Formats: sequence, C-alpha cells, structure tokens
Amino acid sequence: MGRYLLRRLLFAMPTLLGISVVIFAILALAPGDPLAQFAADPSVPPEVRERIRENLGLNDPWYIRYLKWLAALLRGDWGYSFASRVPVLDLIAQRLPQTLQVVGVAYLVAILLGIPIGIISAFRPYSLFDNLATTFAFIGFSVPTFFTGLLLILIFSVRLNWLPFIYDSTLRVTDWGTFARHVRQMLMPVTVLALFQTGSLTRFVRAAMLENLPADYARAARAKGLSEQAVVLRHVFRNSMIPVVTLLALGVPTIFTGAIVTEQIFRINGIGELLIKSIQNSDTPVVMAITFIFAVLVVVFNVIADVLYGILDPRIRYD
Amino acid sequence: MNQQRIWSWMVALLAGAMVLAACGGAPSAPAPTTAPPSPTAAAATAAPAPPTTAAATAAPVPTAAPAARPGRGAGDTLRILYWQAPTMLNNHLAVGTKDVEASRLVLEPLAAVDPEGNFVPLLAEEIPTVANGGVAPDFTSITWKLRKDIKWSDGSDFTAADVVFTYQYCADSRTACTSVAAFRGIKSVEAPDEYTVKITWEAPNSYPYQVFTSTRGAILQRAQFEQCVGEAASTAADCQAANLAPIGTGPYKVVQFKPGDVVIYEINERYRDPERPFFKRVELKGGGDAPSAARAVLQAGDVDWALNLQVEAAVLQQLAGQGGQGNLVTYNTANVERLLINFTNPDPALGEERGQLSQPHPFLTDLKVRQALALAIDRKAIAEQLYGPAGYPTCVLLWYPPFAQSVADIFKDCDQDIAAANRLLDEAGWQRGPDGIRVKDGKRLSLLFQTSVNTLRQKTQELIKANWAEIGVETELKSVDGSVFFGGDPGNPDNIGHFFADIQMYTTGATEPNPTSHLCGWISSAASQKENEWRGTNNMRWQNAGYDALCDQLRHELDPDRRVAIARQMDALIVSDVAMIPLVARPRVAGASKDLKGYNPSGWDAELWDIANWYK
Repeated sequence: MGRYLLRRLLFAMPTLLGISVVIFAILALAPGDPLAQFAADPSVPPEVRERIRENLGLNDPWYIRYLKWLAALLRGDWGYSFASRVPVLDLIAQRLPQTLQVVGVAYLVAILLGIPIGIISAFRPYSLFDNLATTFAFIGFSVPTFFTGLLLILIFSVRLNWLPFIYDSTLRVTDWGTFARHVRQMLMPVTVLALFQTGSLTRFVRAAMLENLPADYARAARAKGLSEQAVVLRHVFRNSMIPVVTLLALGVPTIFTGAIVTEQIFRINGIGELLIKSIQNSDTPVVMAITFIFAVLVVVFNVIADVLYGILDPRIRYD
Repeated sequence: MNQQRIWSWMVALLAGAMVLAACGGAPSAPAPTTAPPSPTAAAATAAPAPPTTAAATAAPVPTAAPAARPGRGAGDTLRILYWQAPTMLNNHLAVGTKDVEASRLVLEPLAAVDPEGNFVPLLAEEIPTVANGGVAPDFTSITWKLRKDIKWSDGSDFTAADVVFTYQYCADSRTACTSVAAFRGIKSVEAPDEYTVKITWEAPNSYPYQVFTSTRGAILQRAQFEQCVGEAASTAADCQAANLAPIGTGPYKVVQFKPGDVVIYEINERYRDPERPFFKRVELKGGGDAPSAARAVLQAGDVDWALNLQVEAAVLQQLAGQGGQGNLVTYNTANVERLLINFTNPDPALGEERGQLSQPHPFLTDLKVRQALALAIDRKAIAEQLYGPAGYPTCVLLWYPPFAQSVADIFKDCDQDIAAANRLLDEAGWQRGPDGIRVKDGKRLSLLFQTSVNTLRQKTQELIKANWAEIGVETELKSVDGSVFFGGDPGNPDNIGHFFADIQMYTTGATEPNPTSHLCGWISSAASQKENEWRGTNNMRWQNAGYDALCDQLRHELDPDRRVAIARQMDALIVSDVAMIPLVARPRVAGASKDLKGYNPSGWDAELWDIANWYK
C-alpha cells in the first residue's frame, strides 16, 4: 500500500506540471486585457494602459511568464491579483468559507437525501414513490441551476418577499437571530444546488442497488432467513456503495471551487464567482491559482477514491 | 457539478435576460402591502418623466429644503448595489469605474465637478481662476489654496505635502497609476507653504483643471503611502493593505473591504461638515448582473441605490412600472454610442499592410457612400425601442451644455431618409445587382460591422443591418467579447485599436467638461497603426487637415466662448464628413429607492461624489 501511494504521488508531479503548462498557455493565448474596462475612456489613453501591461509583466512571451510564475510558486509565492493588488491566497482565503458553507452544505444535503431516496426507489421499483422520485430526479438534473435559481428568486424574494436574494457576506453569526438570518440567506442557493446534485445521486444509488438486489449473494442471504431489511441494508447497500463512494470522493474537489452560476445569481462571494470574474478581467494570477489548486485537489481525491475502493472492495489489492 | 464552464455562465446570463423579459409579461404585480412612501418626496415624480433639458435631466431637485435635513448620523444604513464589484480602493490604481466610485467615499480630490460642469471646491478654499490670481495669465501654472481645517480620518492634518506626494506617487511610472494621464505635461508640483500647491506645466495649458480634480484627482495621505512609490505600490505587504483601506478626508472611512464583494463604510468622525453625512453606515455590495440589480432596487426594494443599470429599455421600464419600490435616475454624461468608419482597407489579403494608411478603403473613402450609410439609419427607432429612458437620438457628438441646451437641439437634421440615401448611392455609381445588393466595378457593397457582446448592441446591429439592406448594402455582423474588444493587447486583432472591420460601434465621450482630449483623439497623427502597435486613439484612421488645424486651435485657445465655438466646429466637421455616425446620446442610469433624497449624480465626476448630502 505504501509503495502504491508513493508511486501514485510521484506520477502526480508531472501530471500537475503538465496541467499548469496547459492552463497557462490557454490563458496567455486567450485575448483580453486587465484594463479593458477603461478602453473607451479617453482619460486612460492607450499608452497608459500599455505601460501598465508592461509593469504587470504582461508583455513578456508566455513561456517566460510561465517560468517566472513557476519559480515564484516553488518559493511559495502565488503572485498578486491585478485587480486588487493583494496576494492571491488572501483573496482565496476570504472566499473559501462562503463556498465551503454553501456548496458543502448542499453536497451534504444531496448525500443525505439522495442515498435514502435511491435505496427506497430501488427497493420498490416502479412504485408510486419511485415514479415520483424519478420525476424529481430528472427535473433536478435536467433543469439548469440558473433557471431554478431565478425561479426561486422570483417566487420567494420578489413575489412573496420571504427570503433575501442578496447574500450578506459580512453577516457574523453571534446569536440565534443572526443564525436564523444566515439560514434564510443560504436556503435558496443550497436548495438550487442540492436539487441538482440529489437528482443525479438518486439515479446512481438506485441503479447500483437494482444491480445488486437480484445478485446471488443477496439470494443467499435471504435463503439464510435474514429479514429483508437486513439483506438490503447490511449486504446489498454496502456493495452498492462502492461505485457511489468513488463518485462522492471525486465530487469533493468541486466543493472547493464553488458553483459559478449559483454564486453569481445569489451574489455569494465564493470561489466560483472569483474565478469567473478573474477570467473576464484577465486576472491571470488568480485564475492560475484557483485552477491549479483545483487540479491538485482532483489528483489527490483520485488517489483517495482509489484507496477507498481497496478498502470497500476486498477483491482489489494494490500490492 | 460541471459548472466550471464559462459557456454555461454565458447561457445563464442570456437565459436570465429572457426569463426576466418573459416574467415581465405576466399580469401586473400585486399591489405593495406596505404604505406608500412619503408623497412629499420630490424624487417620486421627477424620475420617470422624459427630460426636456439636457442638463441634470431626470435627477430630482437636490434642493429639497436643507433646513429639514436631519444631522450627522441620524440615518441608519445606506445600501448600495453595484453589479460590477469594486476590487481596489486606491483611486489611482483603479481598474474600472467601480473602483473609482467605491474609493470616492473615502478619498477626495481638491475639487469635484457638479452635473452642470462647474467645479465645486472640496479640499480647496476656492477654485483658482485668472481673475482671482490662481491661474497664471499665460496659463503655465495654477495655484490651489487649501482649506486649513481638513483632517485625515486618523486625526492628522491634511497639508500641501500630501498633494505634492500624490503627484510624486503617480509620476513614478513603475507605480502604474491608471490616472497618470491627468498628470501629463507637468513640470513641477510644489508646496510654497503648508496650505498652497503650485502646479507648473512645461507649456501653456488651456485647461489647467484636470489635475487633482474629479475622478482622477484623489489625494492620498503621504504618511500612509510614502513607502509605496514605484513597484512597492503593488508588491509590498503594507502597500497592499493600504490600497484596500486608504485613509481619506471624505465623509466615510472603510471598516471592512472584501475585494470583489462588499465594502462597509462608517462615518469619518473628522469629516469637515459637522452636519453630514446623514447615514451612519454605508454598505456597497458588488456582484451579479445589471438586470437583477435593477430588480433589487426597483422591484424588491432590497437596496437604496443601484449604479449603472445598463438594461434594455423594455425590461427596465417594466421593472420600474411594476415594482413601485424605486425610481430610475438618469443623468448626463458626454457619452455617445457611435459608428466609426474605417478609412483604411481591412482586407485580410493585404497581410501586413492591412489597415495601414497606405491602403485606403476601397469604397468608404467615398463621401457619398458614407452619407448614404448615415442617412439610412433610423436613430429614433434605435433610441426609443432599445434605449428608452437611457438614450436620446443624436446627430452630434457634443450633446451637453454649453454645446447643446436640450435633447431637441441634438436631433434636428438626421432623420432617416431612405430615398435620399438610395439617390446618393445611384449617383456614386453603385448599381443594384440581381440579389438587390449594390455593385460597382465588380465590387459588392458589403460591410463587416463589429461591436462588443451586449444584448443592446446586438439588437442595434440588427436594426442597422435592416436599414442598410433597404439601400442595397450587405452587412455582416460580428460581435467580440467586451474584454477582448476593448482590450489593449497588441497581438489581438479583434480590438478597437486594430479595427479590422469596415464599421465598428461603441460608446465613448469626454470624461471632463472640457472636450479637448476627446476631440483631439481623432486627429490625423493619432491614427492607430502597426508602427504604434495599434495604440493610436484615432482608430478609424480618418485623415482631415482641417480638423487637425481646429484641434491645434482648440489646444491653444484660452477664451472660453471661442473654445466652445471651435469644439462645435470640430463636431460639425466629424458629422459633415461622416467620419463617425453618432447614434444615441447616453445618459447614465441609476436606480434609487423612493425615500432616498438629496442625491445629485454628476456625469463629470463619480456618481457618489455628493454622498455626504444624501438622506432619507
């Protein structure tokens, strides 16, 4: 196991390096300008913008810029944002709590809802419950989040005026009152994201369960005289969880990168919102940092998923 | 969870707009349950009415009895929403208007500019003029007398040393100030005594007011930024912190700032006016998009003020009509949405010679063709159908006082005239081919028309394409992402500097009451060429000796009335030679809650310039 891990981690190095080169090249080749907002503004003439580009180091060839970026990264310096001129890590640190809360809670809700619904659906296939669950699951993952988000805003904020649709990131939870406010402002974005994820998760769990329910080992367990509940929960469920756990582990990195659309709609200052704004404003250091951290997380959780696989499924051995 | 894709976000916006539009068609909103806000508010009636004068159009009367206005800190929180979130509070390093607005609550210039274009002293005792001896008779220097009672929010005195330092800060090109153009041509900035600042230029300057005024003139505190000159401005940790929390003289100080998200301000207790500001706290929230910002202020009433509501007329009016929570506030700028005509040949077959002055455009150099194109456009339809309260049809570029007095003045002789346009093209020898498109010497009258990605602009493009089809002109439309179209990357052929198309459309205009730098941006020598890496301001490569001479005159003319006359002549020359086709004069649009009073946004300064006067 130890040797396997070591090998995987060594393999990860060139992978990450390759990813960073590709991202950097794409960013460098994509046209754009951090001062584009000032372009039609005669008070910031083109030569001023040019000088600033030069000061930001944007006029070097892309491979020189990449080597500079890499050298700084090895020293632990992620660079500073062109738009705010603060270290990129500070910006990310400021954004991470919101993203972890909203996207993380949504992920948790999706797991807590998706797995039981999937099990019940599989246990009583084509029953009324299963048909309802299937309908909702399909609606959940086929209706895009920007639509459900706007729909919820129109209903609950504009028409009914129950929930705020501007996320207050300065709110500090100190007592029950502020906690209630926090829950209220998280309700809509979490619902939107959870609906989306629950949908696909339910289908996965249901499919995995259906595959295992008629399996020989399940029949053997029933023949032993075990109650149906024990068969389903102790035997079938455990085996069905193998693909689902992999899926869940691979989904964890997305919690860190946030949800671009949902954060934008509800004005949550999360990582996803930072990423899309930085792409639009050609704020290369921020985009590099977020995408690179995401790449690292994906690689790491791939390893974790593989290791978990070995633990859950005794047939798989890594030695 | 594959939300990391940009396209899905784009689709989101598009669909968002559609959903908004669709929902607008629903039956009228239920009547608001809360009691209507105070009917005495002057603001309630002023905003939606179509303005009759160009000056300070729909802005409510800012007078509203100052006597009845409660004193400092009587109000609670003022909520402002700007969908372009500020990322920087040091005005001189701003990367967009959003930053300029957000920093204005804290950092102030020596003088502001009001909606009528008059200077209002803030940190100075008076506005220097030749008459009061502040401006040298030969216009080579200006001397500002500073107020002696101004304190920084940390309690230290505001002195001339701070003003001189601000100049030194930006004069170092490594600091990379975006405001540096305001400091061009300066020989020295000195402080003869603690409360006097003297600016000397290398040559006589007919417009001595661009330094330390309005949006580019914010004064930095020397003590805070002393170590931040040069590269340290961006790299040193102390300076990074200072950029996000500058100490200022303005009505508010920053208590919390999350870049790209929210700024929280509280009253600067040392602000010079003991009666102001009214609001204890200001929250400036950023993010989202313009239509939902409009919804927040007009329909949901979640915020008191929303900046820059660039939303299609139909959507905006529906929101304003249904919501009942807020008013639209329009105020004038110098901005005009215009078509620019390429006078050089953008044919890709020319390779390196593409767009060079040596390659004149095959047919747009013909005045009759340009006139026909201008005559065929229905500006009224564009302004009314697409811009609504945020645009007036215009025949000229200078649509504001003192050049024009009302919106009727600017739309007189450029009504659509298809027959006349057809006649001009017939005269020029362009015959209709079998498919209705005109041809001359085997060349089709076909245009490539580019602009930035923006629903309003794409719809304008469609209308113009239809207009031009009526006179036998074929139009190919192209739209480029805004950050690319307006970008300055010399290697990117799709920006306005390269102008590798026949026609392009965008909005620009002077940012100060004096139009010189804007008008003189179109002179022959400023042509955007390969040699200057496509950075010339005259991106249409228009060459007109008469115009160049007028610019020279304008630069040297010191008499205000004659300056107005010269500027008008330049404007008339652009229009008569059809170098540009002005389409829509664009006031800026903001949204205000019904009970907010005292605001008077200025198109020559930050929108929030007079926030100390706002109250409820």
